[in-house]
Amino acid sequence: MTGSTLDSAKTVLNHHHDAEVVAAHGAEHQDFRLLGIIVFLVAEGMIFLGLFMAYLTFRSVATEWPPAGTPRLELLLPGINTAILVSSSFVIHKADTAIKKNDVKGLRLWFGITAAMGAVFLAGQLYEYFHLEFGLTTNLFASTFYVLTGFHGLHVLFGLVLMLGVLWRSLKPDHYNSKSHFGVEAAEIYWHFVDIVWVILFLMLYIL
Amino acid sequence: MNDREPLTFLMTQAAEYQEQANLVAHGSEPDKNDWRKYFGFSTDHKVIGIQYLVTTFIFYLMGGVLATLVRTELATPASDFVSREVYNSLFTVHATVMIFLWIVPAGTGGFGNYLIPLMIGARDMAFPRLNAIAFWIIPPAGILLMSSFFVGAPGSGWTSYPPLSLMNGKAGELIWILSVLLLGTSSILAAVNFIVTIFKMRIPGMGLNQMPLFCWAMLATSFLALVATPVLAGAMILLSFDLIVGTNFFNPTGGGDPIVYQHMFWFYSHPAVYIMILPVFGMISEIVSVHSRKPIFGYKAIAYSSVAICGLGLIVWAHHMFTSGTPPWLRMFFMITSMIIAVPTGIKVFSWLATIWGGKLRLESPLLFAMGFISLFVIGGISGVMVASVPWDIHVHDTYFIVAHLHYVLFGGSVFGLYAAFYHWFPKMTGRMLNETWGKIHFALSYVGFNLAFMPMHKLGIEGMNRRIAEYDPKFAALNLLCTIGAYLLAVSTLPFLVNVCWSWVYGEKASDNPWRGLTLEWMTTSPPPVENFDADPVLATGPYDYGMGSRATEVNVAFSDASDPVLSAGPSSTLRAKPDPAVAASPSDRVGESHNR
Repeated sequence: MTGSTLDSAKTVLNHHHDAEVVAAHGAEHQDFRLLGIIVFLVAEGMIFLGLFMAYLTFRSVATEWPPAGTPRLELLLPGINTAILVSSSFVIHKADTAIKKNDVKGLRLWFGITAAMGAVFLAGQLYEYFHLEFGLTTNLFASTFYVLTGFHGLHVLFGLVLMLGVLWRSLKPDHYNSKSHFGVEAAEIYWHFVDIVWVILFLMLYIL
Repeated sequence: MNDREPLTFLMTQAAEYQEQANLVAHGSEPDKNDWRKYFGFSTDHKVIGIQYLVTTFIFYLMGGVLATLVRTELATPASDFVSREVYNSLFTVHATVMIFLWIVPAGTGGFGNYLIPLMIGARDMAFPRLNAIAFWIIPPAGILLMSSFFVGAPGSGWTSYPPLSLMNGKAGELIWILSVLLLGTSSILAAVNFIVTIFKMRIPGMGLNQMPLFCWAMLATSFLALVATPVLAGAMILLSFDLIVGTNFFNPTGGGDPIVYQHMFWFYSHPAVYIMILPVFGMISEIVSVHSRKPIFGYKAIAYSSVAICGLGLIVWAHHMFTSGTPPWLRMFFMITSMIIAVPTGIKVFSWLATIWGGKLRLESPLLFAMGFISLFVIGGISGVMVASVPWDIHVHDTYFIVAHLHYVLFGGSVFGLYAAFYHWFPKMTGRMLNETWGKIHFALSYVGFNLAFMPMHKLGIEGMNRRIAEYDPKFAALNLLCTIGAYLLAVSTLPFLVNVCWSWVYGEKASDNPWRGLTLEWMTTSPPPVENFDADPVLATGPYDYGMGSRATEVNVAFSDASDPVLSAGPSSTLRAKPDPAVAASPSDRVGESHNR
């Protein structure tokens, strides 16, 4: 680490000074942003874990689950959706491999495909919502179903936004290259997280 | 040498080496302290830390006003000051403000932000902009919560159990849920920052076992905030659906279960109390060592006990639910874990006492408040172990015994500790000394007022006075009046502090770089520090508590300990000592090799 390049004694307006500090900040130490994202994902995982535990508790104390009269969930559409989401994780990984070889076009291609797959997943969710025979307040199973899948869906949407953001930034020449592609890795890790949460959700709500 | 530093001639060689290795260059122009930066979006952790401290202190005063109104109502048995509904809102918002807008953010966001980069020799936190964002969530969330009084403030207690919390005052309840969600988010973002910063940004030579105990405490606190707060968010989400949309997550008539809410709520809210006390534990370790001018006794014991409290703290939550129909086998489990968690806490208390024992005490405000903290927290801890026992808790749950316990640990503990920290670090933060006479007056009034207000509550609870009620049986009237008088005294005690801070910040005697002759790195720079904290990267020439270690011949007889003659000190041969990396030993002739510590 180098010594201070700023003479603090001459500082008058700190907001101007802070801007310099911010600009210089990135150069002073390694990039910890990916570690920060991973630590944050622990918190995200815990919020889902809390909701999962609530669902499991409701289920274990109920005399009948799903409650009497709940139509059975069909598995075909959600199953296809699951396959799409899981394979999209492999697709997004191809994007990471591409940018590590400095292939921005490859990055854009694979991110684009992943985003499309994510969008299809969300569309599938919405289709399912509109065709389900129970509503948010029908019974406890219905409520937890909608809140859990809805909360997850919001996270998928956010992941989509991240990917679109990365795609937009990739238009800027040399913004992403083999050495510097934090945004790509951050979006990828987030997407994997969203995927794993879905697998658990799918097992809990549809299969078990 | 001015008479602010009567112990200068007793300066130890460790301090001398540390200071010589980090000579502070004073600029020819005084630092122009632009007050406007404190009202803006600054990414400087020191500015953010002070923003947190001032903001949370303002909310503390608001919470204190609410408490004074509560005690005014309770001065007489009848509900004659405010209506019952208003009374319920008073104690609900009082607790919510004190927890989420005062103690949690002051300890973590305030002191954590200010001190961590300085103590580890970094220029700022790992994510300065995230830091600023986390702070700026607090004022709007607080204003939102206080605005609930205009639409009917929530009145179901800060625990907000359904179905009661879903019945009346829906607007107030919704506001409560939103503010809790916002404040929880702020807490999580800050925790991410602290974890990455502490793990990754220490200067070379400062391994985890060489960093100040405050940093260990903040690590444990941040881990709890990271893991537990999201579960509270989950509870809030489900509660808000029940409130707004009419789902039945917590409504038995719709198939739901209110106990699920209690589990989710307390899964966070118990670790929350450790989030509120661990930073203070860390600060007390710093303060007692410096002001007793003695190495902290049992550095590793204190460090690892913080980790133990963190882990155990996540598996004790249902001791808040002993009377909620929890099955006996589960209550047994939580009783045992809750009693076990007293052990690491006790380790700390004994270590602090051993540090103070035989030290060269500087009996000024920081140490007075630290000693006040230890005495009051131990009382709270004893009542805590009592309520950890299921049979006892069945008797005193929801009575004033619990109110007594919680205030002894949260006020006698956290707030007294925060005051100690204010007095200790105010010179560093502002470059001015606080008036010591008024500090002692503040301490005396607080200590007497606090005990008068809360000690009688133990008896009230045992005799059966319920919590959270505006009216009570007239047989409790005399003790309640005593508590109210104590509360008024406590309210008054805040004034000397407030005036002292405001006056001294502008007109106080200028502080030197290291008025307390500390050894941790925040004292190795100017008061206040420059924007980038240090003129050059600081050098670690000694462990954080090596008073008397440098030359072995100092004002404190730091004895050597062996199996036949163990002594109350963290002497050089103690395995619990914060042994400095040999590459950075205090005396140059003791230095060996290259530092591998990071």
